Amino acid sequence: MNKNKEKLLAKRYSSEKRFQFLGKSAIFMALLFLAFFIFKIFSTGYTAFQKTWLIVPVNFDVETMYLDANPSKEDLEDADYFEISLQSMFNLDKNANEKQQNELKKMVSYFFEREIKQELINDPSLLGKTKEIYLTASDDLDQVFKGNYPRDLPEKQRRVTDYQLKIFDQLVEQGKVESKFNLSFFTYPDSREAELAGIASSFMGSIFSILVCLAIAFPVAVLAAIYLEEFAPKNRFTDFIEVNINNLAAVPSIVFGLLGLGILLAVFQLPRSTPLVGGITLSLMTLPTIIIACRASLKAVPPSIREAALAMGASRMQTTMHHTVPLSMPGTLSGTIIGLAQALGETAPLILIGMVAFVNTIPGSPMDPAASLPVQIYIWAESAERGFVEKVSACIMVLLGFLIIMNLFAQIIRHKFEKKWS
Amino acid sequence: MKKNGVNMIKISAKNVDVFYGKKQALFNINLDIEENQVTALIGPSGCGKSTFLRCLNRMNDVIDICKVQGEIVINDFNINDKGCDVVRLREKIGMVFQKPNPFPKTLYENISYGPSIHGMAQSKQEMDEIVEISLKKAALWEEVKDRLHEPGTGLSGGQQQRLCIARAISVQPEVILMDEPCSALDPIATAQIEELIDELKKEHTIIIVTHSMAQAARVSQRTGFFHLGELIEHGLTDKIFKNPDNTKTQDYITGRFG
Ligand SMILES: Nc1ncnc2c1ncn2[C@@H]1O[C@H](COP(=O)(O)OP(=O)(O)OP(=O)(O)O)[C@@H](O)[C@H]1O
Ligand SMILES: [Mg+2]
Repeated sequence: MNKNKEKLLAKRYSSEKRFQFLGKSAIFMALLFLAFFIFKIFSTGYTAFQKTWLIVPVNFDVETMYLDANPSKEDLEDADYFEISLQSMFNLDKNANEKQQNELKKMVSYFFEREIKQELINDPSLLGKTKEIYLTASDDLDQVFKGNYPRDLPEKQRRVTDYQLKIFDQLVEQGKVESKFNLSFFTYPDSREAELAGIASSFMGSIFSILVCLAIAFPVAVLAAIYLEEFAPKNRFTDFIEVNINNLAAVPSIVFGLLGLGILLAVFQLPRSTPLVGGITLSLMTLPTIIIACRASLKAVPPSIREAALAMGASRMQTTMHHTVPLSMPGTLSGTIIGLAQALGETAPLILIGMVAFVNTIPGSPMDPAASLPVQIYIWAESAERGFVEKVSACIMVLLGFLIIMNLFAQIIRHKFEKKWS
Repeated sequence: MKKNGVNMIKISAKNVDVFYGKKQALFNINLDIEENQVTALIGPSGCGKSTFLRCLNRMNDVIDICKVQGEIVINDFNINDKGCDVVRLREKIGMVFQKPNPFPKTLYENISYGPSIHGMAQSKQEMDEIVEISLKKAALWEEVKDRLHEPGTGLSGGQQQRLCIARAISVQPEVILMDEPCSALDPIATAQIEELIDELKKEHTIIIVTHSMAQAARVSQRTGFFHLGELIEHGLTDKIFKNPDNTKTQDYITGRFG
């Protein structure tokens, strides 16, 4: 009898131990995956924040540029920079043949002419002189310099030629290659050339979309939630509405994209590819999330508070606005942030309404065409060039950073509210 | 107003029936409440005391399935009439609940809420005065005067209940309804509240629901005994406790059931 009891006890202890072990290993696995994911993103992405520059002497020759000795500002704008730009690249190897000259030209971005022009416009006194200027290296050389490029492949399978590598190595030896912080990743719009591609367009697109989404979804959802929870009679019809709101939250996001395509673009003729349409589409998606969160936090307000206010002679409206709604705000806000975070990471509906189009301008308003961060990730992940691989990871980092900041913001708001209300 | 013996009648309930959905909770209640007296409502759990109390300030409106029939006349006016303004009514009829339920705001805001929504103070100074007087009447002023701007939820249970009483009297109601105001309190806090009730009856008419026979005997002048939704007996507290007409009342008071 006693022995039997001891056996049972031992069994109970060991089963508890087993359970704890399983639980701990589950958490360990989850952390492992997370760590692997973050490590992978960071290790491939961090190089995108650096950019490689070739330092090339440029001779601002008056005659080659078809300028007078004392040109006006307009003259400088209209001058011919193509020839001096080409010449400065060709000068890297005076003995280069025509084919090699072409390869020399491709060692920098096609932007190099503009970079040289900008230099002279910033400092017109350079006219007639020679100056060493920082030119953006081509994306392949950028990858070579960062050590991401397999140099030992046969030449045919490489996008950089042996000749380019030879000249590049000479430049490196002379200290004429430099790596600096890649500001243009944040200030340039998308580009077909990896070395010039930036997230400015998609970042602004995301911000505008989220703002439009917030401006529409938050007031509508909160009003709907307050009405349903505090004022609407409880009958079959409102039950029906409640069930359907919950259903709406489970609708796949691509369906909302179809809705945006079919109604906003086709019927209302709103401009394609714009954050306005994207934001409206996302707000349809976010609406049920916020309504559900707001109703839940309204429900969580103790009825005794409502009764206290009503018994003091407050009207239903006053009770709701003075007591119930402020008390429900922390929950509502965190629901809103969760909804917005979902919307921020949403890709499918935006692709459907055309925010996947190649946009090489930075949007100044929600009415301008734009991409969004997740769509940008999708576009770059599709690209073949090696230079885009690190950009994908970098873009993911920016998106994650964005989400973390949003969550922090939500926490701070929550904290402030809670302090005030209890 | 009509006279009934010595005191004026403040509230008069006539043939009041209350239904929760199909279920009837109160059956044909007829009860007169006298002015400046404490009326105690007693009876076993579930007999409809709270339901009756909530009829008097139309708090039953909040419950969708609840239907009230019959007349409740306050100041010669039937509050169940369509024309009755509930907001004005509740300004006149204050209520203190079983569980203290201060707003999660500061003490000051708790008291000033009623006067401010009813536009009772023209200036900050007047409001300060109302807050001070209300807290003094509720015997709470000395304890909290230095922390008026701290949250009301930070007080002890007994203090919270006195805060709720102060909140109720801040709008100078004619009647104060109290639903088991001491059930969450210890004997000392209970004694304080009972003392307070005695004081308040000089200016207000008080109706109190209680499960404590001793409390009913101590604080009330008149008592009504409810059982299964009916008002079995009502009258002077002395008479009800010493010499009830009905055997059910007798049994309940002596603790033989309930
Ligand atoms: N919201 C409600 N919905 C349905 N029935 C209710 C509701 N409130 C009360 N009742 C019913 O009405 C009857 C009277 O309830 P009431 O709360 O008035 O009793 P009480 O005398 O106050 O009891 P207690 O002493 O326990 O507080 C009970 O049978 C109760 O079940
Ligand atoms: Mg009750």
